[in-house]
Parts: sequence; C-alpha cells; structure tokens
Amino acid sequence: MKAEGAQVLPVALHGGRAWVRVVNVVDAFFITQLQSVLGPAAVLTAHEDLVVYGFDGTAALKARPGAVVLPTNTEQVAACVKLAREAAVPVVTRGSGTGLSGGSVPVEGCLVICLVKMSRILELDEANLTLHAECGVITKDIDDAAARCGLFYPPDPGSMKISTIGGNVAENSGGLRGLKYGVTRDYVMGLKVVLPTGEVVWLGNKCVKDVAGYSMKDLFIGSEGTLGIITEVLIKLLPKPKARRTMLALYDSMEAAAETISAIIAAKIIPCTLEFLDRMTVRCVEDFAKIGLPTDVEALVLMETDGHPAAVEEEAAQMMALATQHGAREVKMAQSEAEGAMLASARRSAFSALARMKPTTILEDVTVPRSELAQMVKFINECAARHQLLVGTFGHMGDGNLHPTFLTDERDKAEMHRVEEALEEIVSETLRLGGTVTGEHGVGLAKKPFLRRQLGEGSFELMRSIKQALDPQALLNPGKIFDGRLS
Amino acid sequence: MNSLRDMDYSVVQQCMHCGMCLPTCPTYMETKLERNSPRGRIALMRSIADGESEVNAAFGEEMYYCLGCLACQTACPAGVKYAELFETARAEIEEKAVLPGAQRTFWRWLTLEVLFMRPRLLRLVGVLMRWHQRSGLEALLRRVKFLGLVPKNLAALEPQTPRMAEAFSDELIEAKETPQGERRWRVGMLTGCVQDLAFSDVNRATVDVLLENDCEVFTPRAQSCCGSLHAHNGAVEHAKELARRQIDTFDLDALDAIITNAGGCGSHLKSYAHLLHDDPLYAAKAKQWDSKVKDIHEWLAQTGWKKPSADCGIERVTYHESCHLTHGQKVVKAPREILRSIPGLEVVELPESNWCCGSAGIYNITQPEQSAKLLERKVNCIHQTGCEVVATSNPGCHLQIARGLGTSGSVSQPVVLLAQAYRKSRT
Repeated sequence: MKAEGAQVLPVALHGGRAWVRVVNVVDAFFITQLQSVLGPAAVLTAHEDLVVYGFDGTAALKARPGAVVLPTNTEQVAACVKLAREAAVPVVTRGSGTGLSGGSVPVEGCLVICLVKMSRILELDEANLTLHAECGVITKDIDDAAARCGLFYPPDPGSMKISTIGGNVAENSGGLRGLKYGVTRDYVMGLKVVLPTGEVVWLGNKCVKDVAGYSMKDLFIGSEGTLGIITEVLIKLLPKPKARRTMLALYDSMEAAAETISAIIAAKIIPCTLEFLDRMTVRCVEDFAKIGLPTDVEALVLMETDGHPAAVEEEAAQMMALATQHGAREVKMAQSEAEGAMLASARRSAFSALARMKPTTILEDVTVPRSELAQMVKFINECAARHQLLVGTFGHMGDGNLHPTFLTDERDKAEMHRVEEALEEIVSETLRLGGTVTGEHGVGLAKKPFLRRQLGEGSFELMRSIKQALDPQALLNPGKIFDGRLS
Repeated sequence: MNSLRDMDYSVVQQCMHCGMCLPTCPTYMETKLERNSPRGRIALMRSIADGESEVNAAFGEEMYYCLGCLACQTACPAGVKYAELFETARAEIEEKAVLPGAQRTFWRWLTLEVLFMRPRLLRLVGVLMRWHQRSGLEALLRRVKFLGLVPKNLAALEPQTPRMAEAFSDELIEAKETPQGERRWRVGMLTGCVQDLAFSDVNRATVDVLLENDCEVFTPRAQSCCGSLHAHNGAVEHAKELARRQIDTFDLDALDAIITNAGGCGSHLKSYAHLLHDDPLYAAKAKQWDSKVKDIHEWLAQTGWKKPSADCGIERVTYHESCHLTHGQKVVKAPREILRSIPGLEVVELPESNWCCGSAGIYNITQPEQSAKLLERKVNCIHQTGCEVVATSNPGCHLQIARGLGTSGSVSQPVVLLAQAYRKSRT
C-alpha cells in the first residue's frame, strides 16, 4: 500500500541488486492508523509538538517531523514500524534527544518514535550481575538501581542524568570512566530489536561466554538507529569498587599536563578517569558550578582511581607524585566521596557550560592514539588561532578522546565558514595521526562527510552493504551515517 | 510592547538544547513530553522569535502549564536566563489576549489590577475575610453547602483561601524598632502581602531575629505588593508601577539592607534593575535597590547571626526549599545552617527538597491538577523523613504544604524557630 503523494525514486543498482526506495511524508491516513495502534494521546501532530522534536543536542541542525509517537511497549514499536514500512514513511528513533552528532534529528515529514515512555527496569539479577531494562530508562537510574545492590554500571556519558540506555547503546556512548572500564558496548549482553521489517528479535543472553554464530547484538550497538530499534537491553553490572579517590592537578602548560598523562600510563597505572579541561573550559565550568576551581590555569586534570582500598591509596599517591614531578603547579585530593562526585559532575557540564561564552557551540569528538595526544592538542590550539576562532578544549585524556569546541555564532556566516575550514584541518590531522573523527558521539549527520575518508573505500562499502542488507528500503534513520542518496 | 521577537535574540539562542534541564523540570518529568520541558518551551519561543510559529492559545496554555519554578535555571550549564524568557512570553500572551474566557479576564482584573495594586483595599478584604472565617459564617456556609450555589472555580478556590492572621504586620511591628544593645545595622523590612495577611507572625519573628542581631528595623506602613505576581503573570506594566512604588517606600541611602523573608518575592525584588532598565528616572535607583535586597537567611549568614543557647520547642525538623529562594536567589545553605544552629534541633534532609511543591504563585489555582500531583509527591517525601514539622520560607509553599499535610504535620519557618530559640534563651 502506498500513501498518496508517494515519490518513487529512480531504480538504483547496487551490489548487483536492484531496489526501489519510496519516500513519503506522514499524512492524515497514516496518522489515523497510528492512532488506532497507540491511542490518540500517544500520537503527537500539533505544530507545537513537532517544533520541539525537531532537534537533539547537536548545534544548528533541525527538521520538522510529520508526527511523533510515544509507544509504551515493543509490540507498539513493531506495529509503528510495519505501518511506516507500508506507507514508506521514514522513521527516526529518539530517546531523550541528547545526542551530539545529529543522530536523532528528524528527516523532514518523517515519523519520530520517541521511546522515553518505555522506562521500566524489568529485572536486576544479582546472581548473574545483569540488569534487564526497557530502552527508555535513564542511564543514571540504572546506575542508581545497581548501587542499591552494591553494584555499578560504569559507562557514564556527560548526559547520564537524562540520556536513555537505549540511546546509549544505539550510539555506543562513552564517558569519563572509559579508560579503565570501556564503553557501553562492553556492558551489553543482550538486546531486543525491532527490525526494519517490523519483526522483533532477541539477540544475546546472560552467558559470559557465547560464540554461537556472529555476535549480532554487536551489529546493533552503535548502529545509530539505522539498522533496527532497540527496545530492551540486558546489561552487565560490576561490583561497586570499595574505594575511590579523586584528585585535581593544576598546570601552567598544556604540555606538562599531557606529559603527566603519558607518565601515568607508562607507570602501568590504569586510573578510571583522566580528564582534562583547558583554561577556557575551566573558566566556564567554574562560572556555572561555582565550586572554587582556579580560573588562571592553562590546564586542569581530573584524576580518579578506584578499586581495592589499599591499591587505591597506593595508586593515588603515585599519581599525585607523577603529576608533581611533571610540572603540576598544585595537586589536590578530594576530601570526601561527595567532593569527588561534585568534581566529576562539574566536568560533565563542560560542554554545555562552554555555551555561556557564545551563542553557538560546535563540538568535536576527535580521538587519537594516546601517544599523539600532546601533538593533537597543540595542533588544535594553533589551528584555532590561525582561523581567529575561539576554542575550548576538554576531553578524556586517558583515552585520547578530545572535545575541541568552537565557540561561535551560527548567524555569522563568515565565522562559520572559518569554523568549517578549521574542522577540516583538525580532521585531516586526526586521520594523519591514525585517529578517528568520532570517539563516542557517533557519525549521525555531523561526522558523515568524513566517514568515507577515514574508513577507506572497502571498509566504507562493507558498512553500507550491511545497511542495505538489513534495511533496503532505507526506512530507519535515513541520511544518518551514510547519505540518503543512492549511488 | 513586550515580545519574543523584539527581545535580545542571544537570550533565546543561548539554549544549546543539551537537555540537562529535563530531569529537573517537574512538568516534563510528569508527562515526558518535550513541549512540557524548558528545552521545548525555549524552542517554541525561538520559533516565535524566528517567525515560524505564532503566539496562540496552545503556546499560551503551555506557558501557563510551566510552574516558573526555575529549577531549569539552576541546572542549565549554558546560563540561559529562563526567568526573563518566561516573563516575556507570558507578557506577550497577555498582550495578544490569546487565552480567552470572561472568567479568566475577571479574575485577572480583580487580583492583578485591583486587589494587589491597592494595599489598603487588600487589607480591608483581609479584615472581612478574617471576620468571615472567625464569625462562624464560613462554617455555616460550608455546612449548608452554600458552595454548590457559587461558580465552580470560585468553589474550588474557597478551601484554598489562607486563614487570615489575628493581626496584620502593622499592628505587630512598629514603624521603627531599635535593638536593645549596640546598633550595628539599619535595615528596611518588607512585609509582603500574603505574608502580611496570613503570616504576620513570621514577619514579627523576622523583626525579632533582626533586633537580636543588632539591626535597627524600619517597617513602612501598608506596604504594596512587590509585583512578583504581576511579573510572573504577564502584567509587566503593573509590575513596573509596583517596583517604582516599592523603591520610593524606602530611603535607600540610609539603609544597609532591605530584608525580605518570602522566597518568591525576594527573587523578584532582586530583579528590579532588569525590570526598570529603560526607565530614565528609576534605572539607577533600581540597581541600588537590587544590591540592597537580602533574603533574611542570606543576610544572617552574611553578617553572622548569634547562635541561640536554648532550644526552639521542637526536636526534629525537615526543610523544604522554596523554588525562588533556591533557584531564583541561590540561597540554599543558609536556611539549613540557621536551623542547625538551634540547640537540640535535629535537621533531617528532605528527599527532593528542591522539587516544587506545586504552589508556584497562583499555579495551585490555575492548574489544580498538576499542582495536586506535586503536592502529593512533596507530602510523601515529608512523611519519609518521619518529621512532624517542615520548615520552609515562602508563604505560598507554607500554605500549600500545610494544606497537603492536614493533621499529619505542621509547617514552620526557619526564622520563626530561630526567634523561638532566642526567646527561650532570654528567659
């Protein structure tokens, strides 16, 4: 069945297979169908509702969806996908809309499936250390639930107080503890996924070991809503570390900070957190959080170690000594767990706090091998100066993941052009150093132009062939990761 | 003309839609709908400023569904001035008259333009209500179900009417009161309007505390409303008029501070400079005014208060934060420290202490359903503490929570407990 006004695109040949893509927008008949499945209250079509689902956490990207639905269970999601497939209406999935690469920005006239109402924790299995939840559960609620049983969920993206676990899995989010604990992928044991056909599949199980065929769940982790819609997750939890120490090291030069990081890694210490903020970022964070950070430093490094109390004490002392040896102006230890948590929380606000300076913040996510970190930071600063741009850089120094953030105004066309030029140079340098254009935010719309360059022809086409195999109609999140156009 | 299109665009542009505000917004957490969130509301305002949307009834309803609790402003790392956006939006909604209804128009006229513009009339109404409440007439009317005969909205309002105090502030407080010992400060005292009618004892306690802490206190007679009600409800011109009147009431040069004890009023009282920034006669005075307005807790913390040597008559208390004291004025620690300074008083931390109780100015009247949900949530949290007394520092919260607790607990204010402890210390 085709809805009225269907636009049939030319038949394209790819990989020897011909396929036709039909693109429609939401129309009145389609809305009636959605309402019959979900009930009228869960289908939003008013102008005031469509405007507010037009964007996510990414700057300067917006589009108006045709309708927004708020399903409450997997069956409803599957029914919506089937209807959309029949009507050939593109589907964009969304959680809390905090993504930073435009992954959940709608396609004009599309159907947005917003999953925040699927927010139940279904099971916490203390015998197997797993937690089974619906996709719309807030990340922090998962960690809180785990904490009540003496467990913890390590991935802690900056937006953890509002991001959904489904969104975290779809974007394979990182966080402050990535250095020691890895990223979201490392904690996913199982997924329930609605495929582009509307079929529902369960991938994975509670087994620590499982080599039964391809690891299909891994295909969907980080797939950015382009291959399927994740509606339930089974995640692995860890015993909560018995002790934790948080330290701050203050530097008068960025190089000294970078050298400290290298020295800590070389000393075979794997702290859970090694975060750094440059002068601009420290200033903005302090302006917001008012926790007494010194605003006259060139770099601030937040260090955290956790684990067995004795090991923690030893590592903390070693890290403080290394920081001092490598030129830290001052090294301080948080006096309590609460003070440590406050520092980490302030760090999480860094990106948004930078928005205090200028109306538009263009955030990057370049990541380089750790050995190239000092070189990359230096390059970013020189590049910004060359293009007369304001930049604030912060990031996960321990895992080479940097967030240079250009502070600009989207209405200033000339400056925006210079930002683009600077970004191009930063990307080139990142790739030259063997890095990646995105460490934890995903490709979405923002990093799409650089993907082919980074992956190379073979790898890029392999990736695209997977998309085409699973979603030949390009129904799910079209235009993300890859262009919507067919080659 | 107060309009979103004419306001400084950088204020709407400041929101970078990161979503950090969402988990702190009581309406978003209730519905999980983006339009009921600060980020959604700002997106609508920006869309209006961009000429892509209109100020219509749907937008009007949304902006009146917002509590204006400003929790989002505390949560916002980007420093979005939500209060400014909120007030401009509501002002434009009223100027364009997109929310119809003769009843709404009547109530707005009666409250914003008549009662809360005329302090003497307001107090006269207070005296009549006091007589109504105490003469037995109220009980009689309730018994004969008289309310069945009056319009529904009015009937719903009736049980929310605050109980009038035995005597209003001017009867309890002299125009000038002098401390017994050395005079270190001279301060002005704001008596408020609801505070004055329903909680004049809190005003008296505030003055007692100030006297105990070496302040000479000036309390002008029959004070006007500060205009917060007007500013938050889109009546900006009236708010400006009241601000000017308020400034003229006090001799700013002669006073070290002007003390307010109502969280909601205080937040607005400190923003006169913004309100009157384009008023050639008052802009400079308003700046001076803002610099002198202090919340009582803030003032005590700043000048160092005497620690009482006796208890205050109760053993346990929990503390509910008034939104505009916490989010509007960022006075968070001082009230707790004041409570902790009272000997023998255990201060139990209230879960979700900075979550709105649903009073929110006149929100409990305009949005009774959402307000009741928030009140229930608040009462549950209070019950979790096991405390029978909750202290707060805003007349709206005081009335709302007292109504919610019923006979299961009572509401007091930190200054009242401190004044009691001082009194006991003296005897």
